[in-house]
This record gives sequence, structure tokens and C-alpha cells, in this order.
Amino acid sequence: MSNRVAIVGTFSSRYEREKRGQHITELVYETVSGLMKKLGMEMSQVDNIVSCSQDFLDGRTISNRTIPEAEGAFLKSEAKLAGDGSQAVFYGMIRILSGKYQNCLVLAHAKMSEGSQNVIANAMFDPIFQRALGLDEIIAAALQARAYMTRYHVSPEQTAAAAAKALTSAAKNKNVFRGKKITAKQVLASKMLASPIHELEAFVPADGACALMLASEEQALKWTKNPVWIAGAGAAIEQYYLGDRELSSARVLKEAAKRAYQMAGIKHPEKEIDLVELSNYFSFQELMYPEALGLCAPGKGAALLASGKTMADGKIPVNPSGGVLGGNPLCVSGLARVIEAANQIRGEAGSIQVKKPVKTALAQGSYGPAGQSQCLLVLAADQKIGLTKKSPARKKGKK
Amino acid sequence: MARKAAIIATGQTFHKSKRRDVNIVELIHEAVKACLEDAQMGPKDIDAVLIGNMEHFEGVYNPDLWAVDATGALFKHALKVTTGGTTGASVAHAGYYHVASGLFDCVLCIGWEKQSDGDTTAGLIFQSDPLFERSNMAGAIGTFALAASEYMNKFGISEEQAAKVAVKNRGNAMNNPHAHLRRPVTVQDVLTSPPLAHPIKLLDMCPTSDGACAIIVASEEIAKKKSPNKPAWFKALATRHDQPFNSDLPLLINMRTLQSAAKEAYKQAGITNPRKQFDVAEFYEPCTFAELSWYEALGFCELGGGGKLIDSGVTEMTGELPVNPSGGVISTNCIGATAMIRVAEAALQVMGKAGARQVGGVKTALATGFGGSFWTEVTILEGN
Repeated sequence: MSNRVAIVGTFSSRYEREKRGQHITELVYETVSGLMKKLGMEMSQVDNIVSCSQDFLDGRTISNRTIPEAEGAFLKSEAKLAGDGSQAVFYGMIRILSGKYQNCLVLAHAKMSEGSQNVIANAMFDPIFQRALGLDEIIAAALQARAYMTRYHVSPEQTAAAAAKALTSAAKNKNVFRGKKITAKQVLASKMLASPIHELEAFVPADGACALMLASEEQALKWTKNPVWIAGAGAAIEQYYLGDRELSSARVLKEAAKRAYQMAGIKHPEKEIDLVELSNYFSFQELMYPEALGLCAPGKGAALLASGKTMADGKIPVNPSGGVLGGNPLCVSGLARVIEAANQIRGEAGSIQVKKPVKTALAQGSYGPAGQSQCLLVLAADQKIGLTKKSPARKKGKK
Repeated sequence: MARKAAIIATGQTFHKSKRRDVNIVELIHEAVKACLEDAQMGPKDIDAVLIGNMEHFEGVYNPDLWAVDATGALFKHALKVTTGGTTGASVAHAGYYHVASGLFDCVLCIGWEKQSDGDTTAGLIFQSDPLFERSNMAGAIGTFALAASEYMNKFGISEEQAAKVAVKNRGNAMNNPHAHLRRPVTVQDVLTSPPLAHPIKLLDMCPTSDGACAIIVASEEIAKKKSPNKPAWFKALATRHDQPFNSDLPLLINMRTLQSAAKEAYKQAGITNPRKQFDVAEFYEPCTFAELSWYEALGFCELGGGGKLIDSGVTEMTGELPVNPSGGVISTNCIGATAMIRVAEAALQVMGKAGARQVGGVKTALATGFGGSFWTEVTILEGN
């Protein structure tokens, strides 16, 4: 029985616009066997598996039925979490904490090139009132961006600066495909997708997979010398109808963060967090999410970015990887954030390793229109931080 | 941190082939409301909401997002777990893991399907590999036809013996107000019902239903102090997945996932003689032949003895070990909910709340889930 769970190893495939040469099973096999090799672990030593994928993205009913051989699920307990990869880490952690398992393979995969993203995203909207309007993720995000920018007087130049930072950072990340050295001006010159979101401010469909291994505190040191501990985790969901929501702030992420911080014992995130990997499907989210995470005051996300504090050499680097804008598939992107943050803590981020020592990092994942569902993980090098037994997920006022 | 966890409440909709009176979200709410009423709780008492269905059956991507208002998940921890037919059990097991982890005290688990909004067989076929399997061994009926032929041939099982499963389960469904098909059938009815794919006939196969099921999994403290119902404790659970191609599987000859899961769960729960130690069982039997095969995999009889076991009457309501007092999947099948209904029905039996379908003196109950490429989830529940 374990009171804590650690990430003991990570592996990412190369993310590409289209992996025409690989079947989904081959992609998953490359990723899982890559992780196993890195860990020196046999499949028979894996207790259980949580995979993350989406039937709609894969065009496959029961998308995890495509991959049992490739992920090593033969006569094993496997569960598919159909949401974001960050949630799969949370669920894997829960499964270990239950005492039934000592470790858990967590993986996420998608080949978005095989489908038409806006048609798929449109199927997320209610078939009677919304679908016929042609809503998709980009339009939902545009409504949110507009609400946020109007409320806090954020200019298109400021969101474009966030995109320029992300794409320029991504140019150093060998695992993604969309990075290039670019200025805010060039971002604004790209095609308008849905005002105020330009082409270079929005995620693009991608193919790829990644995986990590979770282990109990009893087992963690068996697999690695430098485990990364999950000190806190929080998830939350908000209203479905965009019109029911207060779109100008990510209240739902604030709720998730409150739980994760409480579990990790974090009181002043702006001082205690060394690095953040967040899911910037759209440029404005790199301004809005740090506000919800308590890294700056509401409406001050653009000023935080302009101050240089969130640059790779800044005080709190945000997305030295470039984040989702660099090119990650949906549902894989949250797990990719967790892996990037863990790699930074382990000093294994290679070409994008930040100079400052990283002891505590945040990884955020989301899915749904305008980030309806959010998950935040607090990762720490120090085993003693966080994961207090009193659950933050429990009701308020309960002892 | 491992803690005990129990099912303290259940809720089911009234199942039909077409619930035209409700949309997806309203259907889900019906089960959630019934479950919360059963627990005498409100949404504020719930820490987390876990949900699952098969999205291609309705054509709604991420319907968990749409369902937020119906489930009471607003600003709560909410996850969607989907594993095919086993979904309902996977969600129930996730409920157990959440509570056992010590991070959550009271978890609402929901499984649902509104098949009348789409085409289930079309959705099912999309699970098969597009190059090698989709054109020749996809969908439930063809796969079970092959599996049943093999099974009959290997063990000398007759169509009459399979028909007896339908007679038993459809008869039991008469006692279950929530069952979808509530009309008794005879062996003759089954044998003369329209053939679907030899040897499967219409009355050998499960129906397609609209419906939802919810359960609440709670910590020991809540289960003992706050629950109005007698708790049904999770005693053991086990999951097994198998290879993706049906042609690689032993199918009904020897369902290795169920055997392997039962072995683990029995060990956990200290079950050495399942026929004596279980008081009742709820199977996910997608077709009549499957129930016979799974008697064997679960150790209720020897390999190949499923036909004789149904002949002996052991699994009848009046027998030593009643199987599917609810009427089973042959009577009600709303896929994402189906495996959870098995767990909920087993819990109702342990709680002593199963009404006209109650088996006397139930202490230990078994529930199985089925899905994917012959995947399985086994759950053992126990009373105080």
C-alpha cells in the first residue's frame, strides 16, 4: 500500500502532422516498447494499464481494442480513459493508491490525420440546438478569446506574442513539428480562422503517442534513481453550453488548481512553482491559464508574458517545449505536458532543458469546447511534498 | 491508503428499445435522480462523477461534457471511462478505486446508452480492423454465431440447451419492473424464432435498449453511518483484456479472460467453491450460448458442462445458484449501462432490495461484464 505515486520513466514518439507510415498499433508499440527499454522493464512486470484515446479521433469504436497487443494488455487489467492524457495520469495514480497495484503504464495516442478535425469536433455539440451552427473547437475558443480579451483589454498583438513565444520555443523542441522562429507581427499576418484567432494561434491536427510509468513509493526506486513525485492533482468540469458559462476566465481550472494545490500544500504558486507546462491549444490560453493557476492576477497574463518571467530563462518558465501549439494531438497533449514537466525536473529535457533547477512543476491538461474539463498535476522532485491524505476532492468543510 | 468501499445506492431507468420521451441528457438524469433518491443524498454529497458509454452508438463526441447538468458534476472531479461492453463495470471499478485510494468518499458512477439515436451494429462494426476483420468478422451476431457453432461442436451443446437460458432469463425478467423485454418465452418459441446467423436465432440474442444505470460507491464511514441501505461491499474485482482479433481468440470454447479474472477475484475473496459460496450471480450474457460457456469459465461446472448445468436447474431462481434474476442481458441491453446493471443488480440482491426478483438470504454476489474482444470484468460484492 502506497501513500505516494511517482513517475519513474517517460517516452514520447515524434509528433508529426501525419504519420502515414505507421498504423496506430505500430505507433503505440514504438512508444510502449521504447518506454520499457528505457526502464529495463518487462511487460510481465507491469501491473495494469490506463490508456487514453478517443473513439471519434481514431474512427474506431472501443479505440483501445485496436492496441491490446501493442500496449501489452493481454490478460491484464486495462482501462481506457476517454478524455485528456493528464486525467489518465490522475486515474493511474488513483489505481495505485487503491493498494491493488504497484505500478501503472499510462499512455495516450491519436492519429488525427485519419479524420477531419472540425467535423469530429462539431459532434461534441448538442445535436439539436448547436451542431447546425457549425460550432467546433476553434469557434468555441474564439468566443472565449473574445470574451477574455474584451474584459481585460487584451490586444491581438498580446495574444500573437504568446503564439510567437510558443512557436519560437517549439523550434528548439526536436519532438514537435511546428516550431519556427517567428514574431508577433508574422503571427498576425497569418490567416484568420475565427476572429480573433489566427492560424498560427491555433493548434493543428497531429499524430503521435507518449507514455509514462507510474510506481508506488515501495517500487519507485527499483525503476529509477530520480523519481518525480505527484504531489497534488485536481480535476474539474464546468458547464456545457457556452452561453451558460462565464467565458472570460477559466474558473474551472481555478477549481482544479485549488484541489491540486491543497493536496500538494502549495500556498503561493507564484513563489513555489519552478516551471509550468500548460495546454495552450490557442495562444490566448497561455495568457488566461496562468491567471487561473494563481501565477498572476486576473487580466495580467499578457503583462506576465511581456515581463519575460515565463520565458525559458525566466523566473517561472511556461512551456519551454512550445506546448500544444508546437504540434501535439488532442488527448495526447495533456500527457505530453506531464512528460515535459517531469523531464525538466529530472534534467532530461535535452535541447529544451531550462537552466534553473526545477524542483516543483505544474502540468495542465484540458479537453472539451473552450477548456470545459480541466486537470492539473503538481510534480515534485522531493518525495516529502504534498499528497496529504486529506483529500482536496472532498467536500468543503469536511474534516 | 487502501480503504473499504461499498455500493450504497443504485438507480435505473425504465428501459425500452426507443425512449422517445427523453433525450440523452434526460435519460442519464433519470438514473442519477433515482440513485440519489435511493441514497437520500443530493448532488452536494457527491465528490466525483464517473461516466461511460460507447460514443459511436449515438454519434455524440464526448457526451460526458453535455451530461454535466444531468449528472450534477458541475465543478466536480469528473472522468469518462469507456471500454466497450465492459464500460459499466469499468466505471463501477473506477468508483471503487477512487474511494479505496483515500482521495474520495462518495463517487457517483453512471453507465448509459441511447441506441435508438444511432445504429448499434454500424457502431460495433467500427471496432474491427478495417483491413482484416471488418468485412468478415465484425459485429456481435456473426461473431457469436461462429463462437456458438464452435462451442456446440466441441462440447455437444444443443440449441435446446441454449434456448433454456432464454426461457429462464426472460421468465426472470417478469419479476423485474426495469427489464426491457417482459414477455415469457418457451423453448419452442426460441427454436422457431427467426434465424439471424446459424445457430443464433432472434430470441438467443440480446436486444438493443435505451437506458441508464447509476450507483454510488462510498467509503466505510459513509456506508456505515449515512447510508439508508445495507451496503454492498466490494470484496474483489478483476479485469482482463485480450488480443484484438476475434479470430485469434478461443471465444466460447474457453473464455480465458473470464477464467483468469475469476481466478484472481476468487483468490482475493477466498472463493474456493463458487457454486456453494455465491448466493446469486448476474452475468453479462450477450447471447444464450455465452451464459452456458461462462458457467464453465467461472467454475460453476466443468469445461463443457454448461449444457448439463442448465438442464439440472441449478441456475434457476429456485436452484442452488440463481443466475440473472434480473432477466439478464437477453432481456435488457443498453450497452454502456449493461455491465453496470449487473453490478447494481448484484448490489440490490446483497442489500435485500431486489423486490420480486430477490433471492433469499444473499450474502455474496457475483457480477460479470463482457466487451471488446472477449474482455471481462469480474466483481464480487458482499453484505455485512
